[in-house]
Amino acid sequence: MSAWESVIGLEVHAHLKTRTKMFCRCALEYGAHENSDTCPVCLAHPGALPVANRRAIEFTIKLGLALGCEIADRAIFARKNYFYPDLPKGYQISQYEAPLCGPGRLVVPVDGGEEVVRIARAHLEEDAAKTVHAGGATGRSVGATASLVDFNRGGTPLLEIVTEPDLRSADEALRFLRLLRQTIVELGISDAEMEKGTLRADVNVSVRERGEEGYRSRWEIKNMNSFTFIGRAIEAAVRQQVAAHESGEAVVQSTYDYEADTDVLTVHRSKEEADDYRYFPEPDLVPIEPPAELVERLRAELPEAPGTRIRRLEPLVGFALALELVSTGNERKAELLAAAGLDWREAANVAMNRGDFLPENARALAAILQANVTREALDGAFSASAQRPISPDDYLAQAAVGDESELAPVIDAVLAANPEQVETYRGGKEGVLGFFVGQVMKETQGKADPKVVNRLIRERLAP
Amino acid sequence: MTEISRELLLHVAHLARLELREDELARLEGQLNDILAAVSKVAELDLSDVPPTSHPLDIVNVWGEDEPRPCLSVEDALANAPERAGDFFKVPPGGGAT
Repeated sequence: MSAWESVIGLEVHAHLKTRTKMFCRCALEYGAHENSDTCPVCLAHPGALPVANRRAIEFTIKLGLALGCEIADRAIFARKNYFYPDLPKGYQISQYEAPLCGPGRLVVPVDGGEEVVRIARAHLEEDAAKTVHAGGATGRSVGATASLVDFNRGGTPLLEIVTEPDLRSADEALRFLRLLRQTIVELGISDAEMEKGTLRADVNVSVRERGEEGYRSRWEIKNMNSFTFIGRAIEAAVRQQVAAHESGEAVVQSTYDYEADTDVLTVHRSKEEADDYRYFPEPDLVPIEPPAELVERLRAELPEAPGTRIRRLEPLVGFALALELVSTGNERKAELLAAAGLDWREAANVAMNRGDFLPENARALAAILQANVTREALDGAFSASAQRPISPDDYLAQAAVGDESELAPVIDAVLAANPEQVETYRGGKEGVLGFFVGQVMKETQGKADPKVVNRLIRERLAP
Repeated sequence: MTEISRELLLHVAHLARLELREDELARLEGQLNDILAAVSKVAELDLSDVPPTSHPLDIVNVWGEDEPRPCLSVEDALANAPERAGDFFKVPPGGGAT
């Protein structure tokens, strides 16, 4: 069998976090009563004219700058024509030949290297309305007796980011998507939540033999809104395409649906004809020529990119922890604790496992962490530190019991009471250690020093 | 110059969801070709250094501030709906949700 590689490209859609729609000033409210945020523009009444949303344009430029994109001297809105009930004008206003943001790249840091994903373009468009299918099974269009349309979402500013086919596995695609999502969220331009539909992706997948030039026919999987399913759909597509190529079957370029229940992709109920959108410049909107001072102001507002921060933390805490800190938004806590004198690695671990605290408490917390206090005292210090300034003295008195002679009988009793777990541990399942530590903490009302307890149990169970 | 063949005409009519009779097709085929021919006269000029026009007015950057303004009431929004279900517009079933 020959070695296959996957070729994956993504089109990522993010709802922009503006107060109003892209081309009218209807409010955007998540979960509002159906059809309560509409007007003649977003309902496409004859004669209604669109006016572009300045903030949406700024957000798009900001994203472009964060991805190192060329910002267009002149961007033009275009009409993408097709008929569908969720699109009352009969066309979607998008950007086609002249998008706001041209080629750029996102560098995804990985342990010992990086994955560079080229961005082909990023442009601004409007989302369609929301359609609910009535009468069929589980809201699907097949077998439905009617479609119910809610135009509140119609006209939401939508940022579309298109990558080059640079991704080579489901994992790479997910790493890229997560970093892109975080970049978007940190820019403050979108909530980018897949569960809420404010982030969606179309996935293009093909395979080829390693070393092969050019691309084979690809499958497009549209409107994916879960990281898990995106990963699985890519793997299913690769599996099915490789099987087809190896058995000499044709791989037909088309849109596919991923069925999560069966983990199989099937051809999307075929449209009667290929897409023919007849794009042309939107005559109701004039071109955008982003003023240089606007672009420079937005550039100056850019926060430090997540990838850069991961690289900066890596030498301090190692790659895995650096990635975890940055992607969970816990790095600030770790920075505060490290600046207050805690060892970086410990600061990182504490940041990952403890809740938020007032920055002014960092020094007190570091002092408490460095002292040997009970778990109870530590829990108390952290929960109080989120509310009010704390004094280390209130907690430092509660020293943990680290005295071996005091702990030994408790540990012996716990081990004697749990012979089965002792066997399991000796059989190689070291995870049981946590169970023993937990029991000892329980017996001592949380006052035992877990580090000492850990060591003593290991010593006793050593072969 | 592109010519509007019968096949292309039928394709465009279908995209516009128009059902046309034979006499209408014949008339439109002629009209569309006349329009194309008239517009194509511009090709006689040397326009190699003229950028394509996307808008007839020589203005750019017309935009509105991101401040909500009153919308229609739900009743007004649905006033002309051919059919409604609760406060939804009700339309014949079609296609997958996008």
